Amino acid sequence: MLTLLLITFPLLAALILFLAKSKTSKTIALALSVVEFIIALAAFGLYKHNPDACQLWFNVAWVQSLGIHFNVAINGMSLLMILLTTFLVPLIILSSFKNEYAKEYNFYGLIFVMQMALIGVFTANDGFLFYVFWELALIPIYFICLVWGGENRGAITFKFFVYTLFGSLFMLVGLIYLYNHTNVEGLKSWAINDLYTAGRSLTETQQSAVFWLIFIAFAIKMPIFPLHTWQPNTYVNAPTQGTMLLSGIMLKMGTFGVIKWLLPMVPLGLEKWGATAIGLSVVGIVYASCIAIVQKDYKRLIAYSSIAHVGLISAGILSANQQGIQGALMQMLAHGVSVIGLFLIADILLRHTGTRDVDKLGGIRSMNGNFALLFLIIILGAVALPLTNGFIGEFLLINGIYQFNAWAAAFAGLTVILGAVYMLRSYQNIMLGERKDSHIAFGSLASSDKWVLYIVVIVIIAFGVYPKPLNDIAEESVKQLMLNLK
Amino acid sequence: MIKLIALVPLFPLLGFLMNGFFGKKISKGLSGSIASLAILASFIVSVLAFIELQGSTQKENIINIFSWINSGTLQIPFEFLYDPLSSLFLLIITGIGFLIHVYSTGYMHDDEGFSRFFTYLNLFVFFMLLLVLGNNYLITFVGWEGVGLCSYLLIGFWFKNTAYNNAAKKAFIMNRIGDLGFLLGIILIYITFGSISYTEIFDKAGSVSPATITAIALLLFVGAMGKSAQLPLYTWLPDAMAGPTPVSALIHAATMVTAGVFIVVRSNVFYSLSEVASHTVAVVGVLTALFAATIGLLQNDIKKILAYSTVSQLGLMFLGLGVGAYSSAVFHVTTHAFFKALLFLGAGSVIHAMGGEQDIRKMGGLSGKIKITFITMLLGTIAISGIPPFSGFFSKDEILAHTYEHSKILWLLGMITSMLTAFYMFRMLFIVFFGKFRGTHAQEHHLHESPTSMTFPLIVLATLSVIGGVLGLPQFWGLPNWMHHNLDEVIKIKNPSILSHETEWKLMGLAVASAASVIYFAYTLFMKHKVLPAEKESQLKPWQKVIYNKYYVDEFFDIIIRKPLDAISTVFYKFLDLQIIDGIVNGVGTAVKSIGSIVRLAQQGNIGFYIISMVMGIVFIVLLTFLVK
Repeated sequence: MLTLLLITFPLLAALILFLAKSKTSKTIALALSVVEFIIALAAFGLYKHNPDACQLWFNVAWVQSLGIHFNVAINGMSLLMILLTTFLVPLIILSSFKNEYAKEYNFYGLIFVMQMALIGVFTANDGFLFYVFWELALIPIYFICLVWGGENRGAITFKFFVYTLFGSLFMLVGLIYLYNHTNVEGLKSWAINDLYTAGRSLTETQQSAVFWLIFIAFAIKMPIFPLHTWQPNTYVNAPTQGTMLLSGIMLKMGTFGVIKWLLPMVPLGLEKWGATAIGLSVVGIVYASCIAIVQKDYKRLIAYSSIAHVGLISAGILSANQQGIQGALMQMLAHGVSVIGLFLIADILLRHTGTRDVDKLGGIRSMNGNFALLFLIIILGAVALPLTNGFIGEFLLINGIYQFNAWAAAFAGLTVILGAVYMLRSYQNIMLGERKDSHIAFGSLASSDKWVLYIVVIVIIAFGVYPKPLNDIAEESVKQLMLNLK
Repeated sequence: MIKLIALVPLFPLLGFLMNGFFGKKISKGLSGSIASLAILASFIVSVLAFIELQGSTQKENIINIFSWINSGTLQIPFEFLYDPLSSLFLLIITGIGFLIHVYSTGYMHDDEGFSRFFTYLNLFVFFMLLLVLGNNYLITFVGWEGVGLCSYLLIGFWFKNTAYNNAAKKAFIMNRIGDLGFLLGIILIYITFGSISYTEIFDKAGSVSPATITAIALLLFVGAMGKSAQLPLYTWLPDAMAGPTPVSALIHAATMVTAGVFIVVRSNVFYSLSEVASHTVAVVGVLTALFAATIGLLQNDIKKILAYSTVSQLGLMFLGLGVGAYSSAVFHVTTHAFFKALLFLGAGSVIHAMGGEQDIRKMGGLSGKIKITFITMLLGTIAISGIPPFSGFFSKDEILAHTYEHSKILWLLGMITSMLTAFYMFRMLFIVFFGKFRGTHAQEHHLHESPTSMTFPLIVLATLSVIGGVLGLPQFWGLPNWMHHNLDEVIKIKNPSILSHETEWKLMGLAVASAASVIYFAYTLFMKHKVLPAEKESQLKPWQKVIYNKYYVDEFFDIIIRKPLDAISTVFYKFLDLQIIDGIVNGVGTAVKSIGSIVRLAQQGNIGFYIISMVMGIVFIVLLTFLVK
């Protein structure tokens, strides 16, 4: 029931906002999102106490004749993703306090619709339901980008929408193919375990086909090189909160999907094509890192760095060992938090100075040392300095990839160096030295911005020093998963 | 006290937090006191624990703090190892660290970033302590990267200066190149041994394939090359002199840059088992030593001279490691920490007296004006030049004697390095302290000895530089070599000296004689003939220009790495990404669209409409199915 509540509460919140059309929608939205986070914490407590508690699953038949069930459940992995989602949404809402959006009740309402769909994706244990939530998540973000986006939003959002929708159709085909091979006492089933069984019974060729059908959908969502070109424009043009939703949470649908809906489904397909997919992921790391080095627009720079990070996560997952997948989970959490911080910083820069061009900025540290410090710590998290949360994941990921192939790990490891190059270079250009443009003044931060950055920084350090509460869940759930992979 | 060893890193951490949060609100005096007392407290605990360890038979003490990263068979606790090696490093770090903190209260007194400076400095000491205390490679790596961060922050301490910022960034990135090697080495250790804890793996190393051991040793050495500024990853260290001088003394001479030596000593089993790896270490070490020493000959910036000297001395330490003289290398780390910290702090005192001037051509005749600085620096210079019975003589002699056993060529190169060292150090000393004053009148008027807070550390370090040799007296003199004895349990595979006493005497005599004659040569050149460095680069001979410009290594890296990286990145972005990949995507889109435009006639063609219908449809189905049930 708790799981169902986690899914329905955001929907309720959205309805409240849509219908009330209140002038204080911001505050209401923040309050509601905090309530949702508290519900998630309750689920976390319950899970720690007893991972099999009946509160944590909900299953009713939906379309009996087709074997479709409304089957949602929380396991370790989905719990981590739910915690991430419900933790980030309040931060995303708080980060918008200094932005004025027309008809903001719709804006916040859509964020909650999005949250509902995301939690649905992370909890669905029924293939069809998973697909429904997967597509449902696209709709609110489509409107958020289209209505409140930047200049060229029409064309860019359209491309994003069509591109990802196009990928998802492959997944649908793959899932239907698996569904057709299920056989539970003569009936077909969408239940995830039945799909696993069906997938494993396929020949290598069939599994290979399913692997690619499903992987493409996930790869586009993350995105993985060379399916990434929708991403930078979309990230740059979306309103900051849209970018945060896309990169902080929605991207994790793809990586989460690979872990839960691909690896255990087609082991032979993975064995045959895993190396290719890892190759693409790893190439993407270096490729996107290099491109990030030459970006002028800080928001676009972060967008490319996100492609690099997700490439590492993807390669770790596909190496299909304990460290790789566990590292991926930890990195998904860490990346979600730090990327919110980074995109907020891009937004703050624009609001305070009117530009995000790293070549025009400079000397901001002399004007606001506090901001410089917060910015620096977030960067250190992004370049995975030990004792920041970014390090735990990155170390485990490179470790996992190394077990797959030492050279792939060395190549992927270039992110250690290149990440430092683009992050420190841009930080220096923006913050250090003397002011390049004397018109640019940088006063103190708004308290809402400060709070978001403080919270982000605290999380970055706290979970870098003591990752155990989350890491234990990740470790245990990956151990369970590994049983399924053998 | 050993059980409470966690207090040693805890005090600097608390100092860091206190100054970090309240530094700006409290007075400079309080801020500096908090930071200095924190390190003093650590030093006292270190001394007490050290005494306890000396009297104890249990040399390996594991102190578990908490469980950090667990992943299946990979268990990484946050755990300390207090053994003879870490106990010695704790004394060096906290002892010299304390002196440099005291010195900084004087040196940084007028800086507006006073409390920020001490915040960083305490944080540095904290990470440095983690580095040497960790009981597994990852805790060491935490410290390793942490000191890199502090180094970055302190090199770029005066953050309005772009050149300093560039130096800071360069240090961080070059170190990261090494760190990647280190990280991969750690992972390979885990894959090979199933653990990365020092106390669990070394005993098993004998049964692992030699190729794997070599790979591990070389990967770890890549990390050491970055942190300890060995060829070719050394160019960041001279640039790092952009930081305030106490930073150069503490981080870029006495402690952080010796972390590479530390990690090789920690992992000595791997190097003893792999001839390829140990030879690589020795060759890289001796080449670095020689290479940097030649550059040192022609530098005119007092801090740059000392920086190249540091690179060179580090090279000698690696030469020692490469020939299996692990305890001798640690011995040299120790004496080097004394005399190089002294020389840097002395240089700081000179710079302080000269009102910020660092060019030795503008100094001269300072011996009478700043007597304490002069005498202490003289003692330091003698110590580094290898004149008995000063500390540097003993440690350097041990390394060279071991090298002689292994290879006469390496020994010869080491000898040449020593001679060059004696030359450029005395060159600096003579030019700075003797002859006529060559600065401005304002500078001459300003000349004064530094405050006690600065001269006190100089005196202590000078004393240590003079007597430090007692830590490792030559065994062939029939005297106890404490250093060797102390590290006995840490060095798993022994490599005892096989030289005859007669040979050892001869080598030692040769070393002393050569150093003395080089010093005499420098004396005739700079004191009698009063030769001064060229005022302008154009006055240099072509070969001098090459050396003066550090063999154009920076320019070389610029051409083969930085520029290509920028160029490739631009091509990736402007051509591959925007034109090719996205071009194909858009091409597919256009093709679909043109087909769609025919089909569209039957459709409404409005995405928004489709979405809304889809949502409505889904909601309808959901409601319906629940209601019908």
